Amino acid sequence: MSGLDLPLIWAGVIALAVLLYVLFDGFDLGVGILFAFARTPADRDTMMAAIAPYWDGNETWLVLGGGGLLAAFPGAYAALMPAFYLPIMLMLLALILRGVAFEFRSHGRRRGRAFWTFAFAAGSITAAVAQGFVLGGFIHGVTLKGGAFAGGPLDWASPYSFVVAAGVVAGYALLGAGWLMIKTRDALHGDARRWASLAAPAVALLLAAVSVATLFVHPQVASRWGWTDHGFDLSRLTRLAAIPAMGAAGLVTIAVGLARRSQGGPFVGAVVVFLSGYLGLAASFFPYVAPYGLTFRQAANTNSALALLFGALVIILPVILGYVAWVYWLFRGKVGADAGYH
Amino acid sequence: MSLDALLLSRLQFAFTLAFHIIFPSFTIGLASFLAVLEALWLATRREAFQRLYLFWLKIFALSFGMGVVSGVVMSYEFGTNWSVFSKISAGVIGPLLAFEVLTAFFLEASFLGVMLFGWRRVGPGLHFAATCLVAFGTLVSAFWIISANSWMQYPVAFAALPDGRLTATDWVAVVFSPTFPERFAHMVLAAYLSTALMVGAASAFALWRDPRQSESRIALRMAVGMCLAVAPLQLLVGDASGKDITHRQPAKLAAIEGFWETRAGQPFHIVAWPDRGRQKNDFEVSIPKLGSWVTTGDAAATVKGLKAFAPRDRPPAAVVFWSFRIMVGLGLAMIGLGAWGALLWWRGGPERSRLFLAAAMLMGPAGFVAVIAGWTTAEVGRQPWVIYGVMRTASAASPVTAPEVSASLIAFLVVYAIVFAAGALYILRQIAQGPLAAEPPLAGTGAPGTPLAAATEPEP
Repeated sequence: MSGLDLPLIWAGVIALAVLLYVLFDGFDLGVGILFAFARTPADRDTMMAAIAPYWDGNETWLVLGGGGLLAAFPGAYAALMPAFYLPIMLMLLALILRGVAFEFRSHGRRRGRAFWTFAFAAGSITAAVAQGFVLGGFIHGVTLKGGAFAGGPLDWASPYSFVVAAGVVAGYALLGAGWLMIKTRDALHGDARRWASLAAPAVALLLAAVSVATLFVHPQVASRWGWTDHGFDLSRLTRLAAIPAMGAAGLVTIAVGLARRSQGGPFVGAVVVFLSGYLGLAASFFPYVAPYGLTFRQAANTNSALALLFGALVIILPVILGYVAWVYWLFRGKVGADAGYH
Repeated sequence: MSLDALLLSRLQFAFTLAFHIIFPSFTIGLASFLAVLEALWLATRREAFQRLYLFWLKIFALSFGMGVVSGVVMSYEFGTNWSVFSKISAGVIGPLLAFEVLTAFFLEASFLGVMLFGWRRVGPGLHFAATCLVAFGTLVSAFWIISANSWMQYPVAFAALPDGRLTATDWVAVVFSPTFPERFAHMVLAAYLSTALMVGAASAFALWRDPRQSESRIALRMAVGMCLAVAPLQLLVGDASGKDITHRQPAKLAAIEGFWETRAGQPFHIVAWPDRGRQKNDFEVSIPKLGSWVTTGDAAATVKGLKAFAPRDRPPAAVVFWSFRIMVGLGLAMIGLGAWGALLWWRGGPERSRLFLAAAMLMGPAGFVAVIAGWTTAEVGRQPWVIYGVMRTASAASPVTAPEVSASLIAFLVVYAIVFAAGALYILRQIAQGPLAAEPPLAGTGAPGTPLAAATEPEP
C-alpha cells in the first residue's frame, strides 16, 4: 500500500465519520431538543418511537469519531481531548442521561416517567450545547506546546463558542423537526412543520452570524476566504463560493418544502445546510486537526497502523453502511401503532 | 499534571470502568441466552421459550442501554485523562480499539433495533438472525478489548520509535499476545456465569412464590446446568491464567499471594493483611507449601516475593491480595451452587428446596462482584505500570488540572448513582413481575415494556 497517501485517506475517513455522526445523531438529538415542546404525552411517545430503533447506531458514529481519531490521528486525539476536557465530560454525562431515558422512560411510573422525560430533553439540549462548545473552542484554536495541550481548562469558553453552541442546538432542532415531518402524521406532523419553520430562520441567522464572526475573530480563516493582510482577494472567495451557495440552496429547499407541504423536503434541505457548514469548516482549517499548531500529517499514527486499519476498513465499512441502510429501510414509513417493541 | 489530578484520574477511570464492566458482563451472557431461547422456541414452538425470550429481552434492553452509554465514556477517557498513554501506545493498540467499533459496536447497535422493534417487520428466521448477530457482536467486542488489555498486561511484538511512540512489529503477535487466550476465555466464561446467576436468582424468586411457575422452572434448570458446567471450567481457565502470571508478571503474583520473601515451598495464605510499609503480612492464616503448588504446580518450587522488586515497582499488595480472594471465593461458591442445584434436580427438582432458592437469590449479583474483583486484581496488580514494564501510569496522564477532574468525578458519581439506582429498580421490578407478564407479541397492540404499552397501562 506504498502508493497510497494513508494519512490523507484517513483524514477523509474521520471527517466522513464525524459528518455522519452530526447528521445521524443530529436528528435524534434534535428530536430530544424538541421533546420539551411536545403538546401531549402521546406525542412524546411517538417522537421517541420515531428514533428508538436508530439512536444507538447513530451514537456509534461518535464512538468511531473518538476511537477512529485515537487509532488514526493519536496526536490530534491526545491534544484535543484534554483541551476540551470539561465540554466533553458534559457531553458524555448528558448523553448518558438521555441515552438511558429511551428504555427508562417506558419503565418509569408517574414520577420516574416525568424525570426521564425531563432527562431526555435536558440531556439532548446539553449534549448539543457541549458539542457547540467543542466546535467553538476548536475554531478558536488550541494552545499547544510540543504537540501537547498547554492551555487552561476554560480556553474553549468565549462569547464566540456560545454563539456556535446556539447554532448547533438550532441546527439539530431543525434536523429533528425535518425527521419528525417524515415520520409522523396529523397534529404532531403539523407541530413538526411549525418547529421547522421556526428553527430554519434561526439556523440561517446563526450560521451567518458564526460565519461572519469567524472572519473577524480568526485572521487565518479570513485569509482563506479572501480577506488577506494585503486587502481583499476575490479569486480566493470565488474558488470557495460553491460552499455558501450550497448553504443558501439548502435554506431555499427548506423554505420551498415547507411552503409546498412536502414531507421530506425540509429534512433534505437541513442536511444540505449542515453539509455546507461542514465543508466550510473543512475549507477553513485543512490541513490542521488542531488549529493552528498540528496538521493531520503530524498527528497521524504509524504507517503500519494506518495500513492495517485501511485494509480492514475497505472490507468492513461497506458492510456497515449496507446493514445501517437496511435497518433504515426496514423501519421506513410513518410511525404507527405497532411502533413499540415486538 | 499534578499528583492530585493523577490520583483523581485514576479514581475516575477505576470508577467508570467498574461501573461499565457490569453491563457487558451481563449482556454478553444474556445475548447468547436469548439466542438459545429463540432457537429453542423456533425449534419446539413451545410458548414458554417465547415468554422467557420476551421477559429477558426487556432486561437485556435496559442493561444494554446502560452498557452503551457508559462505554462511550471509556472511548473518550483514554484521551481526556490519559492522553500521553494514548499518544505513545496508539501505534499498537489504536487499531484494536478501532476494530472493536467497526466489527462489534455497529453490528450490535444496528441489529439490537431489529431485535427490539422488528417483530412485525421481519420474519422469525431473520429475527433470530438479528439476535445471533447481536450475540456474536458482544463476543467480538470482548475479543478486541481483551486483546488490547492483554497486550498492556504483557506487551510483545513492538518497538519504540525515536520520539518515544510505540509501533507494532507483528500484528498477529500483538492481537494474540501470550496471555490473551486464557484471559479471553476467562472473561467470556465470567459473563456466562454472571448471567446464569442472575437468571437463576430471578427464577428462584418466581419459584419462591409459586413453585409450579413453568417458565421459571425451565430457566432455573438452564441456569443450574450452566453453573454446573461452566463454574468448574472457569476454575481451570482461571488457574491457567494464574500460572501465566507466575511467569510473566511475578510482582503481581507475589501481591496476589502475599509473598514478601523469595523462597522455596511458599505457604498459601488463606487470610492475611499485607502491610507495604513494614513489608510483611499481619493476621496470617496459612497452609505450608501450598502457595508454591498452586502457583507453579510444584510444592517445592522457588517463587519470587515482593521484596525481590524495588519498592517503586511493587503493586499495592493488600488490594490485589483481597480482590483475588473475593473472586476465587465467589467462584468456589458458584461451583457449590451448581453442584447443589444439579443434585436437587436429579432428586426431583431444585425448586423443592426453599433453602436452595434462597441461596440462588443471594448469589444473583455474585458474578458481577467477582468480575469487578477479578478486574481489580488484573489492573491494580499491573501497577505501577499502565503498559507492563514499558510505561508507568504516572507518566500516562493528560495535562489537565485537579479541579477539572474533581468536577467530572463528582458528576460521574452523581449521574451513575441515579442511573444505577433507576436501572436496578426497573430490572428488579421486571423480575418481580416474572415471565408471565411477558405477553406473546401478537396478542395486543404494543407489547409490554414499550412506550405505547406503558402509555395505555393504568397507573398502579
